[in-house]
Amino acid sequence: MENTDQLVLQDVKKSYDHLHVLKGINLSLKQGEFISIVGKSGCGKSTLLRMIAGLETPSSGCVIMNGNPIQGLNKEARMMFQDGRLLPWKRILQNIGMGLTGDWKEKAMERLQSVGLEDRAQQFPSSLSGGQKQRVALARALVHEPQLLLLDEPLGALDALTRMEMQQLIESIWQKNRFTTILVTHDVEEAVMLSDRIIVLKDGKVALDQVIDLPRPRNRTNPSFNKHADEILAQIMNQDFEEKKDKFKIV
Amino acid sequence: MSKKVWGSKWLPWLIPTIVMILWQVLSGAGIIPSKILPSPTNVIKAGVELSASGELVGHITISLWRALIGFIIGGSIGFTLGLFNGIFRYFDLLFDTSIQMLRNIPHLALIPLVILWFGIDEMSKIFLVALGVLFPVYINTYHGIKSVDKGLIEMGRAYGLNGFSLFAQVIFPGALSSILVGVRYSLGIMWTTLIVAETIAANSGVGYMAMNAREFMQMDIIVLSILIYAILGKLSDWIAKLFENKWLIWRQMS
Repeated sequence: MENTDQLVLQDVKKSYDHLHVLKGINLSLKQGEFISIVGKSGCGKSTLLRMIAGLETPSSGCVIMNGNPIQGLNKEARMMFQDGRLLPWKRILQNIGMGLTGDWKEKAMERLQSVGLEDRAQQFPSSLSGGQKQRVALARALVHEPQLLLLDEPLGALDALTRMEMQQLIESIWQKNRFTTILVTHDVEEAVMLSDRIIVLKDGKVALDQVIDLPRPRNRTNPSFNKHADEILAQIMNQDFEEKKDKFKIV
Repeated sequence: MSKKVWGSKWLPWLIPTIVMILWQVLSGAGIIPSKILPSPTNVIKAGVELSASGELVGHITISLWRALIGFIIGGSIGFTLGLFNGIFRYFDLLFDTSIQMLRNIPHLALIPLVILWFGIDEMSKIFLVALGVLFPVYINTYHGIKSVDKGLIEMGRAYGLNGFSLFAQVIFPGALSSILVGVRYSLGIMWTTLIVAETIAANSGVGYMAMNAREFMQMDIIVLSILIYAILGKLSDWIAKLFENKWLIWRQMS
């Protein structure tokens, strides 16, 4: 392996009883890379992310972070969950500062500013909208300055407009800080919008590992943007893209 | 949700006030004979007389003391058991079944046994109150901890909390509303138990005062004792609610 690989997955398998969710995943990530893992629901993409976070252990194979196999929690990684998981009994600022020690308030406030919610610092999460909650959850993940940011369908529950706004926010923060990011999503356009590389997971294996080299900021109306999106979608949906196009022509 | 509603200050007291007025008027007119129920003014008069002699304060103090000590002992045992059984799998396996069996014995059925064990001293009343309070606190603490959102606990771990910090920041606050429900419920049990215990086996306290008054057909003192229990009960519930409002402030902020 090269020195520049920050995270390496070596033949990672996971099964629950007789159900083989992941059947040998090999993957390596460079420092600062933004990759997306896409696939149908139940394809094991969240399980894979949880193993990288150290929340679950692989049945076999190993996850190597900075050259060392992780044991227990991956301390360099921070995860952002789909449902936000803010503590309802802590104020927004305290939620962001959770798990920090020492003089954390200023740092937490800075992060809150970077997601544009500094005026809500003293409120409780119940007063926020879904999108605002996810922005707080993002700030909470970032305040730890993780080397690896794990996003588990963080925008899945948001409406289309809020989602686009959040995508821009995530991209701009990533461009500023350049931490390695793994995004799990079922939204192919979102993946193409944000990623340097897209992994398609199918039947417990990597079905496609596609580099997206479009310039940023990306535009959804760009023809090559759509070509990428279509190809990946076809791969997920188990259709041969080219073949289908031909059939249409014949008809 | 917590918007001020018109009349929210005095509306809860409207029915008790009407009942008092009606009671006074009906007693004054002789429709309710004083042998059945003395008028509120007579009850108040009895209260004033008993306070002047210091007797009333003495009875109330001893009752309050019994209630409080019994509550503290039973509550802390119930809380500790609920906590350990809720958190540690082995404690749960070892103790929960036994506690559930004991819980189903009506604690007031133990009065004959308790009198034989402890006589009619303080010990018997405190024991009964503690026993009555223990189970509701236990069940609600246990249930509260068991039903803390697993996702939040996982999140806490993933963000570097463990052991005590995980308990203090995630598990305990998550269980707190259920624990307080248990406390409020057990306060009711506390008074009921004490009334019964003091009525059956005591030589002081509000319940004893009522039983003693019965011997001399002092209706006004009997009714006074009942009213005192009502007030003490309401007071303890009010205090519990104050804590609820203070500690669960996040639930009202939406």
